[in-house]
Amino acid sequence: MSQLLEVKGLKKSFDVTRGLIKRKKQYLHAVNDVSFSVQKGEVLGIVGESGCGKSTLGNLIIQLLEPTEGEIIFDGVDLRKLPPEQLRKKREDIQMVFQDPFSSLNPRKRVFDIIAEPLKTHGSYNKVELEHEVLQLMDVVGLNRSYLNRYPHEFSGGQRQRIGIARAIALKPKLIICDEPVSALDVSIQSQILNLLKKLQKELQLTYIFIAHGLPAVKHVSDRIAVMYLGKIVELTTKENLFTNPMHPYTEGLLSAIPIPDPTARKDERRLLEGDIPNPVNPPTGCAFHTRCPYKTELCERVEPEFTEKRDGHFTACHHPLKEGKGIISQHEKY
Amino acid sequence: MPDSLPMQNNLVKNSKWKRWLKLLLRSKTGTVGLLIVLTIVFVAIFAPWLAPYEHSVIDPLNTHKPPFWMEGGDMANVLGTDNLGRDILSRIIYGSQVSLLVGISSVVLAGVIGVLVGLFAGYFGGFLDAFFMRLADSFLAIPNILLALVMLGVFGPGLMTLILVLGVTNWVQYARIIRGEVLSIKERDFVRAAKTIGVKNRNIIFSHLYPNVISSFIVVATLSVASTIILESSLSFLGLGIQPPQVSWGTILSDGRDYLATSWWLATFPGLAITIAVLGIIFLGDWLRDVMDPRSVK
Repeated sequence: MSQLLEVKGLKKSFDVTRGLIKRKKQYLHAVNDVSFSVQKGEVLGIVGESGCGKSTLGNLIIQLLEPTEGEIIFDGVDLRKLPPEQLRKKREDIQMVFQDPFSSLNPRKRVFDIIAEPLKTHGSYNKVELEHEVLQLMDVVGLNRSYLNRYPHEFSGGQRQRIGIARAIALKPKLIICDEPVSALDVSIQSQILNLLKKLQKELQLTYIFIAHGLPAVKHVSDRIAVMYLGKIVELTTKENLFTNPMHPYTEGLLSAIPIPDPTARKDERRLLEGDIPNPVNPPTGCAFHTRCPYKTELCERVEPEFTEKRDGHFTACHHPLKEGKGIISQHEKY
Repeated sequence: MPDSLPMQNNLVKNSKWKRWLKLLLRSKTGTVGLLIVLTIVFVAIFAPWLAPYEHSVIDPLNTHKPPFWMEGGDMANVLGTDNLGRDILSRIIYGSQVSLLVGISSVVLAGVIGVLVGLFAGYFGGFLDAFFMRLADSFLAIPNILLALVMLGVFGPGLMTLILVLGVTNWVQYARIIRGEVLSIKERDFVRAAKTIGVKNRNIIFSHLYPNVISSFIVVATLSVASTIILESSLSFLGLGIQPPQVSWGTILSDGRDYLATSWWLATFPGLAITIAVLGIIFLGDWLRDVMDPRSVK
């Protein structure tokens, strides 16, 4: 597998300075020094609580937001160094599936116009070809062909999300960023959409960055998972590793929060996270997680841990990584 | 993707007009509005053939004649005559030309400027936005009528200048409304989606923002056709609008104002004409706003 995307030292801070007189500059570091890479054909899940910067990260990669610092190397080019017109053309290769299917479709456009828009923007099709392409896309995402002339308000959330997915895959992009694509949907619909995304990924050899706020959703589709906390990635490893041998206490907390339907399969101890995420304008010193960490030491309050490879392909930023087997799934279990 | 499907054609419908017509006939107010507006347009175009008399023919022996149903009135002057013996019905029929022309074209002109400014200022923000909004503020700081007076004084009175002046002084309200709408809509995900697709700014503005803000414009614009007709009459009253013997509803109205106590029909009928015209335009605008929203279609 070759590398498709590499993010190096990505930072985004928002100026949140308030007041005219006491003007002390204050910044919210939504994404704070994040580096990772994504291989072709891989699905990288990104999880974290609300406000941890995962959506900002997605918006930075797709260039909806301008990073403060860092490089985004996509397909060998640094997207930040591209002149506007070239970036606009490059957008063909990166697409996004949005969280809220009710706001991501223009209420004044028909399904045909919505799905045809990317094709019209980047290709030259005549009317017949365009219609043909759109109909095929509708087949692929499981939309009835007769919906061609309908407007978004006539659809349910799940169907709207299918329209959004059709729009995203229309250009056969190399990378799709799914920004919590199922969290706005009914539970019964969530798995349908997840299965659709999974199926498309296999059939079209797509690469996803899959953003979600809980582990259950990403578990289904991801190859590797990155856990974010307060603008930083605290753990990054394969899905198997993460669920069987988490190293960061935050990951452990997230894992314990997953409900297990079978009572006999439950472990005795649950380490549920306590407290709230600290104010990102004033992050704690040292390890950002130490305010909520059950294992914290004096070192954690003082020194910020580095994000390094602790085991083979298993990165974490923790002074006291957990021992193996702390996950909710034991090594031999299937999931 | 499977490529075995046969090419199909013409599943995408393009019959917007058909849909509109269907909706028009279903909506009572829409039909009434359209009928009123069409009637007035018809009257304006065919005024010379419809009016029983020339609008400026004076008849000193036949002044202040009441409408036909009152004592002293007859069918020769259906709506009576004014202080110079001119036939009121004929004057109203001829007046519709100027009133309609000024009312609608200045609103359209103001609308085009205002909507464009609002769209671009709202979407691009930054310096462009700051510049146009401060310009709009300075326009708001001066009373419209005063600004119009100054401009008419400089350029000289006349029909075309009147339209231009009214258009240029009224763009501010549209620009502000549209800008506000754009500010909220441009943060919606479908606009962000268009950006990630790589749609050009120009296309985002005209194919995503414009259709979503235009209904607010229509509501304000239909209401301000009325105020423009009145504003035209005030300017004409001050001698800076249209010049006699040209006639508009506004001028008939202000001519009749002096005789309200004795000959009420001088001012009442042109006033009624304005009211009916405005109602028709508002009904039509209301319906237009509804049909432009796909959600109102079943």
